Amino acid sequence: METARDGEPVVYVARDRLLEIMTWLKDTPGQQYDYLVDVTAVEFRDRERPLEVVYFLRSLTHRADVRIKVELQSSDELAVDSVWGLWHGADWLEREVYDMFGITFRGHPDLRRILMWETYAEGYPLRKSFPLRGRFSRSEQVRQALNANPEAHYSMEELSIADAGGDLPDDMRERLRRGERGTVPNSE
Amino acid sequence: MKRVGATKEVSGQSPNFLLSKFQNLVDWAVNSSRANSLWPMPFGTACCAIEFMATAASRFDFARFGMERQAFSPRQADVLICAGRLPFKLAPVIRRIFDQMPQPKWVISMGACASTGGIFDNYAMVQGIDTIVPVDVYVPGCPPRPEGLLYGVLLLHKKIKGESLFDAVPRRDEQPLDDKGLRLPPETIDEISEPFGNSVHQFRSA
Repeated sequence: METARDGEPVVYVARDRLLEIMTWLKDTPGQQYDYLVDVTAVEFRDRERPLEVVYFLRSLTHRADVRIKVELQSSDELAVDSVWGLWHGADWLEREVYDMFGITFRGHPDLRRILMWETYAEGYPLRKSFPLRGRFSRSEQVRQALNANPEAHYSMEELSIADAGGDLPDDMRERLRRGERGTVPNSE
Repeated sequence: MKRVGATKEVSGQSPNFLLSKFQNLVDWAVNSSRANSLWPMPFGTACCAIEFMATAASRFDFARFGMERQAFSPRQADVLICAGRLPFKLAPVIRRIFDQMPQPKWVISMGACASTGGIFDNYAMVQGIDTIVPVDVYVPGCPPRPEGLLYGVLLLHKKIKGESLFDAVPRRDEQPLDDKGLRLPPETIDEISEPFGNSVHQFRSA
């Protein structure tokens, strides 16, 4: 765990102590980093350098920023603990990192793709090993995109926003009845 | 414009002068009504949507060309104006919206991204909406100036006025999606999506 200073304080954390340190950072009265600004990941062009998962934390009361970096060797299993338990804002931020880099977050309630469609099979786009135009041919990408049914993958939370119980298509209503993933406030 | 020889049978008569005149009159009436009151469905996704809004606003005002009411429901729209880049994730959405539009319908592809993918030649963007919906007018530009979009609308007017109700060919070349869900054969999609110009040299990913 080194501390480096490049304009802003950066702390490198070992992967297995991440959750403990994050909890300490959030809860200790002197630290109180109550605002998770961003979670992102970096893969350097120099393939020798490890991947980094970067957390930007901010303390609103103390007006301080800190960056936490977790280094992951690309030969290791790409997984870290999720900080969703501490900051719920990490929900979509970690989903984006998962979608773009393939880094799984253990303990995340709903880890699925967010920017690409859910059945996207070409890999993880922001990895350096991923070619710019994707792995499949354009016609195959168009075919997969057209056949990916967007509505099939809405979670129940997302549907509850519409609050259109009677107007839902039958399969959605069936999933609702079966109580799939999440609670809908006004369902019968 | 006469369509001698391409008319349907009317009580077994061969086309004659009066019949052609009648058809021309009908065509003129129908086409003028359609062209002069094209209700646009603005499918604005990105920066071109701002220029679309500018065209709709007071300085450039496409209401004077008949596009007074922007139909935000595809069921009530005549022309789908795709303004902006289209990610692959949005492809089934625009296809469904296009399918929901009743005949007669036209599509204007506004801007470079909707026409060919623009500067976004990557894994996430559709390289031209013509791989997904049939396009009538392409308006180039990044973004096109409002005058450019208006010129595209006027071109569409000209195209509409050249149509005929009495054509033997069914309206609006609706190539339905084939069994794989594509509207063009895969070789054609690959061919029109290929990089061209400067982007041919910019494919390093590392």
